Amino acid sequence: MITFMNNSDSEEEPCNERTSLMSAESPPVPSYQDGLQASEAGGAQAHRKRRTGSSRSPNNIAGGDASNSGVPVRESASENEEEELTLKYGAKHVIMLFVPVTLCMIVVVATIKSVRFYTEKNGQLIYTPFSEDTPSVGQRLLNSVLNTIIMISVIVVMTVFLVLLYKYRCYKFIHGWLILSSLMLLFLFTYIYLGEVLKTYNVAMDYPTLFLVIWNFGAVGMICIHWKGPLQLQQAYLIMISALMALVFIKYLPEWSAWVILGAISIYDLMAVLCPKGPLRMLVETAQERNEPIFPALIYSSAMMWTVGMAKPDTAARGPSQQTWDAAEDGRENHRSPLHADSQRSETRSPGPTRPITSFEELEEEERGVKLGLGDFIFYSVLVGKAAATASGDWNTTLACFVAILIGLCLTLLLLAVFKKALPALPISITFGLIFYFSTDNLVRPFMDTLASHQLYI
Amino acid sequence: MTLAVFFGCTFIAFGPALGLFLFTIARDPLRIIILIAGAFFWLVSLLLSSLIWFIAVKASDPRDEALQKGLLIFGVMFSVLLQEAFRFLYYKLLRKAIEGLVALSEDGCSPISIQQMAYVAGVGFGLMSGAFSMINLLADSLGPGTVGIHGDSQLYFLTSAFMTMVLIFLHTFWGILFFHGCEHRRWWEIAAVVVMHLAVSGSTFWNPLYVGSLVPSYLLMAAAATWAYLLSGGSAQNLRRFLLCLRSGASPQPGS
Repeated sequence: MITFMNNSDSEEEPCNERTSLMSAESPPVPSYQDGLQASEAGGAQAHRKRRTGSSRSPNNIAGGDASNSGVPVRESASENEEEELTLKYGAKHVIMLFVPVTLCMIVVVATIKSVRFYTEKNGQLIYTPFSEDTPSVGQRLLNSVLNTIIMISVIVVMTVFLVLLYKYRCYKFIHGWLILSSLMLLFLFTYIYLGEVLKTYNVAMDYPTLFLVIWNFGAVGMICIHWKGPLQLQQAYLIMISALMALVFIKYLPEWSAWVILGAISIYDLMAVLCPKGPLRMLVETAQERNEPIFPALIYSSAMMWTVGMAKPDTAARGPSQQTWDAAEDGRENHRSPLHADSQRSETRSPGPTRPITSFEELEEEERGVKLGLGDFIFYSVLVGKAAATASGDWNTTLACFVAILIGLCLTLLLLAVFKKALPALPISITFGLIFYFSTDNLVRPFMDTLASHQLYI
Repeated sequence: MTLAVFFGCTFIAFGPALGLFLFTIARDPLRIIILIAGAFFWLVSLLLSSLIWFIAVKASDPRDEALQKGLLIFGVMFSVLLQEAFRFLYYKLLRKAIEGLVALSEDGCSPISIQQMAYVAGVGFGLMSGAFSMINLLADSLGPGTVGIHGDSQLYFLTSAFMTMVLIFLHTFWGILFFHGCEHRRWWEIAAVVVMHLAVSGSTFWNPLYVGSLVPSYLLMAAAATWAYLLSGGSAQNLRRFLLCLRSGASPQPGS
């Protein structure tokens, strides 16, 4: 889910699409240096909180800075300025998401192409119990559809469970769950990954060194993700755990099941974020009502905004104003986390909540980041990694999927700016990715191979 | 084949394009988006032309060599025409985008001009075209093998790299020429771009005879470069001033 989350605004009216679009009001963020920005920020924030799920139109997306949540008073006056600023910052925010997504995909593709462990078939997850080693095509298709149904239902159940926990304020449980998941990811999966990489390159490493490396990596990761740390280190850790999770999926999901699951999960994402009773939408709205940020371990944030000088006691909510997070991912992640220590998405929390409330003149970080849920990272990387693993050694397919996903992300951000609502980040990208994977693998590859054998150029 | 071949061919093919990207495109996020969108449009054009070729091949007799060769020629020509058609579509899209950018800007002018967009779009097309031609070759060059062991040319990798480089440059210049032609309604410029593209692709049919494909392509690239330079406001005087590091209107000074 891509959202520009601003401070959550309380909604007094029942949430439905219309009202959320019109009546979103969030208290203006006062700490902007620029008054213009402040008004926009206020507006954007209100909108953002509401829209956490949807992708905003490019204007909004880009202008993460300006809270779209609107102070209706200023709405008309500042709308033009808002749009200008959003567009000015829009392209920058798209690139702020392109870079981490690209990095994650590069890590996954590089690992897949070099470490043979992740392409070997070594059993399946318990979520996909049906095997695909069947003689007939129909049976295989049926098995993959059944696997998908089981996987998606597990995800739905976990998401609903998470939403219920959040609604009934069982924060300790949620935090414990997230911490356990990230522990497993940062220590166990990293250990396995490092072991396989060392095996591939035939490098010997003694246990004390290994222990030191893994301990340091994991401990710093836990601190950065769940507490405080330099933004770039936090982002790097989030990318790494997304890549690790994606590699686990690529290894353990059987082929056809993986493609059907990718398709089904984008449909689920679409429904969960846009339907009024969708779990992700409810999660986002609850968070907005309470003026709290969504869990730090589940979202990648590209920039931090310190909101200082807030009179409100709960500055926690003010942290990252724009969050594009994949609520579905959250649910999926958490859902899987007890069993697999799913990638925890660490939100790069701004230090806002913990800062003392200082004077209004304190400099505020102007950069408004965009937030993207880690689940989005994971599934993008799964698609590209699967393309790299299974497309007959063809690099063109991987490249085509990569470009398709980036364009899908761009379009999603464009829609976000148009609709100013939380939108799911998966459907467009995954659809493009799937279309380009199958068409490049089956249509373009024979053409390009024939051209290459005759050394013809188009 | 060795690492030297791999790195050498990579840098021959993609070095200039990487330089163009780093120095002119990487700093501006809007240009990066236009680059990636250009790559996407090229990809879609390739997809459609592969689809047509695939259908034609499946509908024909696979043992008829002459027919297959004919279908290949048809496929190449159709792909070139489709690429240019998509370049036109991309021009239309960028025109609309400029109108949007102007409408949303503070001072009524777009942060990027159509000429800059033309350049970036050309680089996007070129990079994607080059990548699709070259990446599989580069991956193979890391593995074991002997080039030309069955009697084919031993210069396969090297000439492919040079051809890729010239194609990337050509796409860049064609982008500039094409968009200029569309902007000023000069259809003969557009026709010239299409004819040049067909000529370059056609010349690759000579291909084990590399003098028949590389030399004309490089000559056409020089011509397109001069033409694009002149259309973008360049002149011999500008070039002289740049090379001698002159400031405009001042006496010659070293450095800039």
